[in-house]
Amino acid sequence: MSSRDEQPLLSVRNLVIEFTTRYGPVRAVDGISFDVYPNETLGIVGESGCGKTVTGLSLLRLIPSPPGRIVRGEILLQGRDLTQLSEDEMQMLRGDEISMIFQEPMTALNPVLTVGTQMVDVLTRHRKLTRKQAKVVAIDMLSKVGIPVPNKRIDEYPHEMSGGMRQRVMIAMALSCSPKLLIADEPTTALDVTTQAQVLEQIVKLQDEFQMAVILITHDLGVVAETCQRALVMYCGEVIEVADIESLFERPRHPYSRGLLDSIPKLREEKLAELPIIPGMVPDLMHLPPGCRFGDRCSRATDECHLQRPQLDTGATLRNAVACFRPLD
Amino acid sequence: MSQSLLKVVDLQKYFPVRGGLLHRVKAQVRAVDGISFELQRERTLGLVGESGCGKSTLGRAVLRLTEPTGGDVLLNGESVIGLSKEELKAKRREMQIIYQDPYASLSPRRLVGDTIREPLDVHGIGTPSERRAKVDELLDIVGLRKQALSRYPHEFSGGQRQRIGIARALALNPSFIVADEPVSALDVSVQSQVLNVIARLQREHGISFLFISHDLAVIQHVSDDVGVMYLGRLVEFASSVDLYREPKHPYTRALMSAIPVPDVKRKSKRIVLGGDVPSPMHPPGGCPFHPRCPDAMPQCKEVVPPKVNTGTADEPHFVRCHLYSDAGPPGVE
Repeated sequence: MSSRDEQPLLSVRNLVIEFTTRYGPVRAVDGISFDVYPNETLGIVGESGCGKTVTGLSLLRLIPSPPGRIVRGEILLQGRDLTQLSEDEMQMLRGDEISMIFQEPMTALNPVLTVGTQMVDVLTRHRKLTRKQAKVVAIDMLSKVGIPVPNKRIDEYPHEMSGGMRQRVMIAMALSCSPKLLIADEPTTALDVTTQAQVLEQIVKLQDEFQMAVILITHDLGVVAETCQRALVMYCGEVIEVADIESLFERPRHPYSRGLLDSIPKLREEKLAELPIIPGMVPDLMHLPPGCRFGDRCSRATDECHLQRPQLDTGATLRNAVACFRPLD
Repeated sequence: MSQSLLKVVDLQKYFPVRGGLLHRVKAQVRAVDGISFELQRERTLGLVGESGCGKSTLGRAVLRLTEPTGGDVLLNGESVIGLSKEELKAKRREMQIIYQDPYASLSPRRLVGDTIREPLDVHGIGTPSERRAKVDELLDIVGLRKQALSRYPHEFSGGQRQRIGIARALALNPSFIVADEPVSALDVSVQSQVLNVIARLQREHGISFLFISHDLAVIQHVSDDVGVMYLGRLVEFASSVDLYREPKHPYTRALMSAIPVPDVKRKSKRIVLGGDVPSPMHPPGGCPFHPRCPDAMPQCKEVVPPKVNTGTADEPHFVRCHLYSDAGPPGVE
């Protein structure tokens, strides 16, 4: 994988994203920073509402505005700040340098166009290809993602395919211009486990082949453990821990990461009478505590935790860091 | 073995597929295709399978929330199938259901207290003050505060709403609850809280569950016995300990190996199945799993595998697979 002195492909710094609501502004993402290195798979995990999807969308500037907007921060793709680009420049970049796949391929694909038409549109837009040439590339892409008889299935409509097939089509489309970065937002959440296994295997294989970085957004820590090299854990719009996978799963440092890992039912030898739980619930983003946002649910919290907001101890790099005053060893 | 709480005998539920000019019945989808099992008192049966395998339909057919096409369901020794509408309503006191989506299964316009009390009103149980006391008790069991009573469902989080759904299902002191993917819509940290509530109900109130889920880890956590469904059939059935220690059916094995495990040390070999689950409208002949099965043999395409007990009489481990069916000629149950 990437060596330590390598330059990040993408750097996000102090990103703040706000949504206007009836009750006032809400910060869905509140000052996050992270790096993505070439060819690595970075997981973003967290529970609903933690800001992981908004983070993913913001990297392509796909946040609907209004109500949402990037208040401040930088999104640097190889040094170029995406927050400063015009909409036209962003259009050229989307699907070419950065691609995205979504949870529900049925809503992300156009139901009235064949798969082929949609794929050819992407290719002719970003590459100097005739439609005929583009179709050859598209068929090749479909076979790469494991779709049987691609030259026939390319003329089908999305509704004629199963969920797993549609997700493969989305992947084929996203990768057709060989992006440097693929953002996958819960790509297998709507799929059954056996199909999920197929699709994840495919993503890992293609990542190798295409030499791209992947940001995998998911709530499933199992998926992260099996496919990512590093992961960010998000809570209430903040990154609370970032670590390589071995450290995160073997020695999580933030009490929330620990609690999350403990509370998942796992296949195990001995059945437990009770699962370990994280008490309480996620605070309302409108009424956040002044100190640590996890403080009220944390057994290690002290007065300091309730008064001051812990920052990610960035140190020299952002490879391994935790935002906690009393992290676990 | 004592008399079982629930006995399901060759239960079938077919859905007609209509089409064409005259809207004729073109085909039958065999959502539940001849399923038999028993559930003992104070035990939990986990039912696992992928979408479309018929597990939810089975749960609903057992309660007659959808009318079964054939077969029988006995609850406490009495057939549920033959009951009249009135009798069924009375019987429903003993059997309840918890749904997957706590956002859709609660009336948005009704106060939580009224929702929980409704079953008591419908069945005319107790005086008004007794009902109020019962509702308070129910809230306590599921771990909600009293203030919840005078609020609306939208004021609660998903996990709390699922607790409300559980409280409502408990109102009539049922002996049997069908829990249809009760934690699938919840975040992990909330999921574990709700699973613990269910585990406590099993232990402290002696309620039996038919617990339906696609998540094998959740099923293992709650179940005493486990059934694995594929295309409307039970392909494997055993005690939870047996099934997880030694899964027999190739489908069960593939399912287990496909779960992403939150453990970086485990790098076991994964069985990745080819293809998708076939449409239940056109199930493959022979063993329904044979097109995807890594161990398929010639007879799998032709002959439906019989149910074979690979365990003992006391500790049965049933499997429908030709790998194990040399014990008897095909077709013998």
